[in-house]
Amino acid sequence: MLIFELSRPGRRNPSQFPSAAPEVKDIPQSFLRQRRPLLPEVSEMQAVRHYTRLSQKNFSVDTHFYPLGSCTMKYNPRACNTLSMLPQFLARHPLAPPATGQGFLACLFELQEILKDVTGMKAVSLTPMAGAQGEFAGVAMIRAYHESRADTARTEILVPDAAHGTNPATAVMCGYTVREIPTDSQGGIDIGKLRAAVGPQTAGLMLTNPSTLGVFEKDIQEVQAIVHKAGGLLYYDGANLNAILGKVKPGDMGFDVIHMNLHKTFSTPHGGGGPGAGPVGVNDRLVPFLPVPIVAQAKDGSYVMETERERPHSIGQLSAHAGNAGVLLRAYVYARLLGREGMGRVAEFATLNANYMMVRLKQQGFTAAFPARRATHEFILTLKPLKDATGVIAMDVAKRLLDKGFHAPTTYFPMLVPECFLIEPTETESKEDLDRFIAAMSEIAHEARTNPELVKNAPHTTVVRRLDDVKAARELDLRWTAPA
Amino acid sequence: MPFIPHTDADIRAMLEAIGIQDIDDLFDEIPAALRGAKLMAVPEAITEMEVARLMQERAEADGRYLCFIGAGAYEHHIPAAVWQITTRGEFYSAYTPYQAEASQGTLQLLYEYQTMMAGLTGMDVSNASLYDGASALAEAVLMAIRSHKKGRSVLMPKTVHPVYRKVVEAIVCNQQVGLIEPAYDVRSGNNPLDALEASYREDCAALVIPQPNFFGVLEDVDAMTDWAHGHGLLVIACVNPISLAMLKAPGEWGNSGADIVVGEGQPLGVPLSSGGPYFGFMACKQDYVRQMPGRIIGRTVDRDGRPGFTLTLQAREQHIRRSKATSNICTNQGLLVTAATIYMSLLGPEGLERVAAQSHSNTLALLERLKDVAGVEPVFDRPVFHEAVLRLNSPVADVLRAMEAQGILAGLALTDDYPELGQCLLVCATETKTLADMDRYAEHLRRILSKRRLDPPCAQKM
Repeated sequence: MLIFELSRPGRRNPSQFPSAAPEVKDIPQSFLRQRRPLLPEVSEMQAVRHYTRLSQKNFSVDTHFYPLGSCTMKYNPRACNTLSMLPQFLARHPLAPPATGQGFLACLFELQEILKDVTGMKAVSLTPMAGAQGEFAGVAMIRAYHESRADTARTEILVPDAAHGTNPATAVMCGYTVREIPTDSQGGIDIGKLRAAVGPQTAGLMLTNPSTLGVFEKDIQEVQAIVHKAGGLLYYDGANLNAILGKVKPGDMGFDVIHMNLHKTFSTPHGGGGPGAGPVGVNDRLVPFLPVPIVAQAKDGSYVMETERERPHSIGQLSAHAGNAGVLLRAYVYARLLGREGMGRVAEFATLNANYMMVRLKQQGFTAAFPARRATHEFILTLKPLKDATGVIAMDVAKRLLDKGFHAPTTYFPMLVPECFLIEPTETESKEDLDRFIAAMSEIAHEARTNPELVKNAPHTTVVRRLDDVKAARELDLRWTAPA
Repeated sequence: MPFIPHTDADIRAMLEAIGIQDIDDLFDEIPAALRGAKLMAVPEAITEMEVARLMQERAEADGRYLCFIGAGAYEHHIPAAVWQITTRGEFYSAYTPYQAEASQGTLQLLYEYQTMMAGLTGMDVSNASLYDGASALAEAVLMAIRSHKKGRSVLMPKTVHPVYRKVVEAIVCNQQVGLIEPAYDVRSGNNPLDALEASYREDCAALVIPQPNFFGVLEDVDAMTDWAHGHGLLVIACVNPISLAMLKAPGEWGNSGADIVVGEGQPLGVPLSSGGPYFGFMACKQDYVRQMPGRIIGRTVDRDGRPGFTLTLQAREQHIRRSKATSNICTNQGLLVTAATIYMSLLGPEGLERVAAQSHSNTLALLERLKDVAGVEPVFDRPVFHEAVLRLNSPVADVLRAMEAQGILAGLALTDDYPELGQCLLVCATETKTLADMDRYAEHLRRILSKRRLDPPCAQKM
C-alpha cells in the first residue's frame, strides 16, 4: 500500500501547519499555482504507522548482521546521533556569524586535528559531502597542483582495474582520461604494468589500500616511488581505512592526498544511502588547494571559517555551506568515545573478525580468492566452484542468506573475481554472530548440492521475492499516478 | 573496549582457529617500516556521560537567536514525528538498497518521494536525491550539456545564489563548460529578456532560471522559458520546494515548461544544523531521464507478480558504467529524503500551501514594519516570495553586529557579493516568526539606526 492510496480528500493535520490561510494579493495570478500538487492527505497516525511499517521492511545494522563488503556496516552508536541533534546545534543557521557557533566550530576543529593524526596528513578539509565528492576534491587538487607548476601535459589518471567505479568516474569529471592497471595473481597491482604505464602524461594514481580485493598492497613503497618518479601524485581512496585505523598512516605510505568515508570508518550512519561525509587530507604541497571553508583558530583562540579570501588557490567550494555538518559532529563524538587506544582496536578487531571468518569458511569448503594472503578487514570468496558443481550462482547464495536473516555481502564486485562474494564483518560483530553466518553459508552450500532449486528461487521469506529488474528498466514506472 | 564485543575467551578461540599467537600477527604482510604508527593528537577515550556533558556545554555556548536569515536555508516548523521515524534504526543504519528484497522500506519510501517531487515540480520523473542544492545545480548544468549535445556553455544569471554559482564553477570548470552571467536589472531585481539576449552566444546549451531568485524576487518565468526554448536552449529551474505549493510549477512555465528542475530540499523537514546534512532534489522531463545522475527507483513485480521496488536505470551509474557514467555520485542523502517524505505526508497539499502563504505574508508584514524605520528602504519593486532586499543608510556589517548583541540575526549582508547595491541586507520571515518577533526586530533596528545618526562617528564603533 502506497501512502497515496491511504489518502482521502480533506483529511488533514491542523496542528502541523499555520492556522491562518492568508490570501495572496500582491502576486499576479500568472505566477501562481492553479492546481494543488499531488501530495497525500492522511492523518498523523496514518503517516506514522505507514512509515514505521515501511521501516520494518528493511534489513539494517540495528536489526541484522550486514557484512556488505567495502561499506563498513558497523554499529552506529546512538550517542553520536543524540548529541549531534541537541536543539542549539539543529537551530543554528549556516550563515550565522562564527561567534554564534564557537561550540560547533570547536568540534569541527578538533575533528580536523584527529583526522590529520590518524591519516598522517598535513591538513584536512571537512567539506566534501560523500566519498565520491572527496575523490573529486582530491583529483581536482592534483590537477590544480600540476597547473600551478605549468605542468599541463599530465592528462591521465591511473586506476587499478579492481577500483571502485567512483575512481574512473571522478577522474573524468576532473577532465582526465583514465588508464586501468591490471592486478597480479596475488591481488596486488601489477608492478611491471604500472612501470610501463607511467610517464610524462601521468597526473596521478588512485589507489585503495588495503585494496578492493581485501588484501594489503605489499609493494606500496615501490608503487609510490614509481609514480612519484614519473612526476605523478598518489591518491588514497579511504574506503578501506577501517582496516588500518590507528595502525598505519596513509601519509607514511607516501600518499599525497586522501579522502576518508566518515560513514564507514567513523561510524556515522549510512541512512539508507547517505548522508555520508568525505573529508580530504593532504600533504604539504597540496595544502593551498584544499576545498573551502576550513575551520581555523584565530590568534585570540576563537574559531573562524577560512574561505577563498584567505585561501586564494583553493579548488573552491563544493557545497552551499560547509558540507554535511551534522555528520561531522557524529564522527567527532565517535572519535571521542573511541579515543587514542580505541582507534587501533578498530583495525585489530575488524581484521581479526575477517580472518577468522575466512579461515572457518575455507574449512567449510569455500574457496578464498587469494588463499595465500592474509585477509584485511574484508576478504573475497569465489563461488565459482559451487556454481560449477551445482549451477547455483553468487546471487542465489546472496538471496538465500536473506532467508536466513543475514544481509548479503557485496556480490560481483570486484568484477575480476568470478562469482565474487566480498565479505566485511566489521569489528562490532560478536563471535557468535560470525559463527551463525558461517553456519548459514555452510547450510546453503549443502542445499545447493541437495536441493539447488531452493537456493535458485530464494528468497522465500522476505516481503517480496526476487524482483524483475528487466521489467523495471524497460517499462519505466518511476512515480505513482492516480487511477483514472 | 568501546563497541567491540570480544571476550578474552573469544579472542583466544579466534586466534587459535586462525593459527596465530597475537592479533598483531594479522598485520605481518604490511612492511615493517609502515607499522606501529603512533597517534599524538587523538585524545584519550571518554565515556558517553563525559562526551554528553561536553557536547551539551558546547551547544549551550552557541545559544539561541531569533533568526531572520534565509539565503538558501530556511527555518520551518518540523513535526515531531518526522525525525522520530527517520532516526529509527531500520532507516538510519541501512545502506543503499542494493538487495531490493531486504530494502523494500527504503525503496518504497523513495518511490513515494519521487512521486511527490514530480508532482510538486510538474515534471515527469525525479531522482532519489543529490548532495545539496548547489551541487544539484552543477549536476543539472552537466546534464543539460550532455543532453544538448552541441552547446558548451550555460547562461547563469547573477540572481542565482552567489555560492551556487561558485560551486557550479568549482565542479564543472575542468570539463570546458562556459558559465555566462547576464546582468540583472538593478531596479526590478530580475532578468529582463534584453539582458539575456545580450549575453546569448551560439554555444549556449541552457538557461538557469531561479524562482524565487536569490533576492527573493519573482522572475518572469514564462517569458524567460519561452525565450530560452526559442533559442533552442534547455531550461534549468532552480526553485525553493516550499514555494512550489504557491507558485506555478516549473513544468507549467511558458508554453512547454522547464526541462530540468533542481533545488535545495532542506526546507522540507530538515533542520538548519549549521548547513547540513541537507539534500538536493532533481526532476526532469521523461526525455532526459537517461541523462539524469543519481539513484532512481522503479516499481516492478516479483516472481509471484506482487508489486515491489528496485534501483533502476543503473547503467547510468558509476558502479556499472565507470568512466562513462553520468556522474561520480554514489552515496547521496537518503536519510534526509526520508525526513522530507514524512514531512510532506504530514503537511499534505493544504499544509504545504499554508506554510508557503504564511511565510509570504510574514515577510510582507516584516517589510511593512521595516519600511517605516528611518534609514531603511526597499531596493526592488517586484513581488517577492519570502525574502527581500533592504538598503540601509549605515554600514550593514555594523548594524548586524549590533542586532546580534540583542539576540537577533537580522539578515545577510550583500555587500561582498553585490557591491553595486550598496549597504544592502537580505531578510526572511518564515511561518515560524510571530508579529511580536517582527516588532522586536523593527524596534531594535529603529533604535540602532537612530542612535547611529545622532552619535558622533567615534561612538559608532562596535
